[in-house]
Amino acid sequence: MNDALDVALRLLVVFVVFLTFPLIVGQTEHKVMAHMQGRLGPMYAGGFHGWAQLIADGVKFAQKEDVVPAGADRRVFQLAPAVALLPYLLVLLAIPIGPGEGAVGQVLDAGVFFVLAVMGVGVLGSLMAGWASANKFSLLGGLRTAAQLLAYELPMLLTAASVAMAAGTVSLPGIVASFHWWWLPWQITGGLVFFTAGLAELQRPPFDMPVADSEIIFGAYTEYTGLRFALFLLAEYAGIVVLCGLTTVLFLGGWHGPWGADGLGWLWTLLKTALLAFVVIWLRVTYPRLREDQLQKFSWTLLVPLSLAQIALTGIVKVVIS
Amino acid sequence: MSPLTQAPHGFLSPTGVEIAFLLVGLVTFGAALVTVTTRQLVHAALWLVVALGGLAVEYLLLTAEFIAWVQVLIYVGSVVVLLLFGLMLTKAPIGRSPDADSGNRWVALAVAVVAAAALVWVVVDAFRTTWIDLDGAAAGSTKVTGASLFQNWVLPFEALSVLLLAALVGAIVLSRKAKAESAPPPVNGRAVTGSSPSVTGSGIHPIEQGGEHGSKLVSTRGSEQGSEQEGAR
Repeated sequence: MNDALDVALRLLVVFVVFLTFPLIVGQTEHKVMAHMQGRLGPMYAGGFHGWAQLIADGVKFAQKEDVVPAGADRRVFQLAPAVALLPYLLVLLAIPIGPGEGAVGQVLDAGVFFVLAVMGVGVLGSLMAGWASANKFSLLGGLRTAAQLLAYELPMLLTAASVAMAAGTVSLPGIVASFHWWWLPWQITGGLVFFTAGLAELQRPPFDMPVADSEIIFGAYTEYTGLRFALFLLAEYAGIVVLCGLTTVLFLGGWHGPWGADGLGWLWTLLKTALLAFVVIWLRVTYPRLREDQLQKFSWTLLVPLSLAQIALTGIVKVVIS
Repeated sequence: MSPLTQAPHGFLSPTGVEIAFLLVGLVTFGAALVTVTTRQLVHAALWLVVALGGLAVEYLLLTAEFIAWVQVLIYVGSVVVLLLFGLMLTKAPIGRSPDADSGNRWVALAVAVVAAAALVWVVVDAFRTTWIDLDGAAAGSTKVTGASLFQNWVLPFEALSVLLLAALVGAIVLSRKAKAESAPPPVNGRAVTGSSPSVTGSGIHPIEQGGEHGSKLVSTRGSEQGSEQEGAR
């Protein structure tokens, strides 16, 4: 009975995190973008600096009619948002926030592989949406999504493998547990490549070619309305949380910090994650969108060689110090 | 594989895990059948996801966690995405594709049945009544898998990597040869993204153009002068 309660509690906590953190990131994005562009952002909903804007948005989305285009493939079209969103919920289960058994949803033997595998599944949702919409622009968006995933999955995997090599384990808590401060300069290239490739996999600017609104309206999500559309948006923000959490765990040492790592480890994890989320927003405001061919070239001619070099470096250092 | 023990087990009192294994197996089998019989091409690819995912769950139930995640990563995350990409790039109508059936289907069925029979026979003959001890350390953990792969199975592993390398070189040779022999073939109007690196040469791209998305996008693909003029219209 106690075990069941424990599992239920963990699932509940992960679910609450899954529901709230993306909204916090979304609201932060509203405000940070606004201030970077010299405006205020939402100010009315909820009274204090528009804190309830996303809740108002949610109510608005729920009220809208759920339209399925006449020519669309009904079932695939309706299933796609769930396929896009649920993988991120599963990934959150495996991300450790502090040391010890109590601070992770579920300890997995091959955690790195689990998170990368399941994150890749989420992209299937975009592909399904793009195909099933019976819309040229959606199809183009789906195609671009697929091309982008194929290009950026590889550097992500290679850099994650580099960290796993350094730690000598593929379990996420195990990797953080064997972290030392000098890993930071050692794995910095890998970290940058991982973060960039992750941004591209989430289709965040400047890698948002698949949803480029000036060319293909909103890519695979063009035909979606109401709650299903909101689910896709939520998937994007949940993706930001997951990517920042993963980068923190793999490259920034998770719960390790200059002080207070014993009791306040979880705070360090959250702080680093929040900082990275801020960088994600910052990049969106700063950089123009890459063109599709630039995007492919960037991955194959820069990120992949860099990640291979990182693996070689990791191997050499590992052999030297052991 | 030492954790496999020869403990006496009966078929008539299955445990929960065994029942789950059987049910997931049935689902996987059903999804695989639908994959090859459905007339809707993209649906076939999506059912393939279900079948491959079911296999991953079976690996998990056999305590082979690492293999399970790799299965999801490679097959669902890459192979199926590549498949869908190919389908969308060429022709994937919504609804039935009447020309999806091959004339060779009876031969294909025969080959499939023979292959399945051979595999089932080999697996059954190899393991017979061995049971995995679920209480001890996981028999398929990353550590065990890695050790057995690089201690007992190094030669097949290396042979496989040589095979993959050959395939890679072959693909490069084929694609270069096609390029040298003829100008790029006309591209289907729907199949337009800049996914191919060869687009770099075209001096025109959608951002510079603005407005009238459809026709402009079509023009970005062909890197010849003619299509550029078409786009400027």
